[in-house]
Amino acid sequence: MSSTEATTTHAEDLTPRQRKTYQAPQGEAARSKREARRRRLPLLPALILVIVATQLPFLTTIVVSFMDWNALRPNDRGFAGIDNYVQVFSNATTRGAVVTTVVLTVVVVGVSLVLGTLIALLLDRQFLGRGVVRTMMIAPFLVVPVAAALLWKHALLNPSFGLFNGVLTWLWSLFGSSNPPQIAWLTQYPLLSIEMALIWQWTPFMMLIILAGLQSRPMDVVEAARVDGANALQIFRHLTFPHLRRYLELGGLLGAIYIVQNFDAVFIMTAGALGTANLPYTIYATFFQRQDYGLASAQGVVVVIGTIIIATFALRVVSSLFDEENHR
Amino acid sequence: MSAVSEPTSTSTNPAVAATSYKRSPRPRAKRRGNPVWGICAWVVGLLFVAPVLWMILTSFHSEVDAATNPPSLFAPLTLDGYRNFFGITGGGNPWPPLINSFTASVGSTILVLLLAIPAAYALSIKPVKRWTDVLFFLLSTKFLPIVAGLLPLFLFARITGLLDNISLLTVLYTTMNLPIAIWMMRSFLAEVPVEMLEAAQLDGAGLITILRRVVAPVALPGIAATALICFIFSWNELLLARTLTSVVAGTAPVYLTGFATSQGLFLAQLCAAAFMVSLPVLIAGFAAQDKLVQGLSLGAVK
Repeated sequence: MSSTEATTTHAEDLTPRQRKTYQAPQGEAARSKREARRRRLPLLPALILVIVATQLPFLTTIVVSFMDWNALRPNDRGFAGIDNYVQVFSNATTRGAVVTTVVLTVVVVGVSLVLGTLIALLLDRQFLGRGVVRTMMIAPFLVVPVAAALLWKHALLNPSFGLFNGVLTWLWSLFGSSNPPQIAWLTQYPLLSIEMALIWQWTPFMMLIILAGLQSRPMDVVEAARVDGANALQIFRHLTFPHLRRYLELGGLLGAIYIVQNFDAVFIMTAGALGTANLPYTIYATFFQRQDYGLASAQGVVVVIGTIIIATFALRVVSSLFDEENHR
Repeated sequence: MSAVSEPTSTSTNPAVAATSYKRSPRPRAKRRGNPVWGICAWVVGLLFVAPVLWMILTSFHSEVDAATNPPSLFAPLTLDGYRNFFGITGGGNPWPPLINSFTASVGSTILVLLLAIPAAYALSIKPVKRWTDVLFFLLSTKFLPIVAGLLPLFLFARITGLLDNISLLTVLYTTMNLPIAIWMMRSFLAEVPVEMLEAAQLDGAGLITILRRVVAPVALPGIAATALICFIFSWNELLLARTLTSVVAGTAPVYLTGFATSQGLFLAQLCAAAFMVSLPVLIAGFAAQDKLVQGLSLGAVK
């Protein structure tokens, strides 16, 4: 009786998936080889396509980054050594682009994370019309990025008839003033304007991830703490926040990866003017306006190295969530 | 009659039970606290949706009413903005770019599903060796900035004569979305209970029957969500479309970027255009709402 119980609990230790993979090597060698090949088959088309489409272009970029290649001077093509990289780091424009990219990413991700967390905490409560509010919150994320950038540039931030200055006029007239402040948002605060538009679009994303985190909290522990007399702040600090930490990291890192690559907002709202050119826009401009293929490629490689640094952390967070889920 | 409907209901029932078990792990504590927080949530929600509502309202105003300060909230409504956008009064014709976007988005979504479903099967139900390594390799490719591959793609398109060709964009969108789709599909297929698969195998069911009767009912909502999210990503894409297309194969976002350069008052028709181009995404996004977060977090969060 007790021995059967022991074996069942042992088998239960393995998740069903693990039991499946464990069975594979037990068979005869040839049969398991054939089985392995048969299992691999459905994966191959997708895997090969992804490898070809992502690794080959990038390898080409690395090669071109060491070349002197400007489409405007087609006869001077040749090997350039590290000249392009020297230019990336010595050129004030590219260094400015690096700073702009970092500032844009840190501000947008940071503010959207904070706002997203606060809103997720609000939406985690019971109130009338919670579903409606959640739907309203998601809407900004579902506006096509190009359309959102145009909407902000022309309908909201336009100095003479944008909604923002319109609301200022209206508010001031409420108090009898006919001299409201009118701000030329895109020329006075170009980077802030882009940041506002991106924060508006990305806060819903952060909110969704953190709300998912909040709703996966073990509520029985929270209830127990409440019964034991813990107040809301204590529960947040000692239970909710530690649980949320990985969701915050995940949201922050995924957001960072997308914002570092942002092109649409910069391209449309300011066309990279007034110190708003981030790296993707600068690469695009080097490539299309200066047609300096070598320099553009070197800039691309630098962006990839930067992204790999963020991505390493992101992958670690994803894999820790992944492991937890597969051992549940 | 009832005998015919019987098997379908038994085959969907366990699936429904399985998914509902996953969706609501425990009954949530009902606490209807301070109404102030509910009001706060409503205010914040309205603030976030306000620009969208403003876009829609402005699109129904005349150009003159759209460009006033303070804003004319209650100006008479008109369809002029839409007439201008659709080129009824002359000017640009939005249909070619809309059709291009539709072709590239739907085409790439179908290709993604055809490739991702078998791949996800090989990573969850009958996993290959080192399947986690494969998954994380796929994810890491998603972190490569597209802009770093722009030049090679452009040169490739120029050499092969595929510049300004919507089929190249369709294939590129497929590869762009494939890693996300495989991650999502894997997490949905992983929800198929192994016991059910084994029971079906013991009963002598073939692969097709197992896929149809056991896997499909559980995975279908996930497949639908994956498709919608891939559609959204393809529809939104600007950088590749702008680099690799021009007159013939330009997509809706590319068309939009050229829209605001028109002279004079254009705000109402710009809002109409922005709304029309966003409408498919809004519909797809709200349809996939419940699984949106899972897709956007590459399947890491449920």
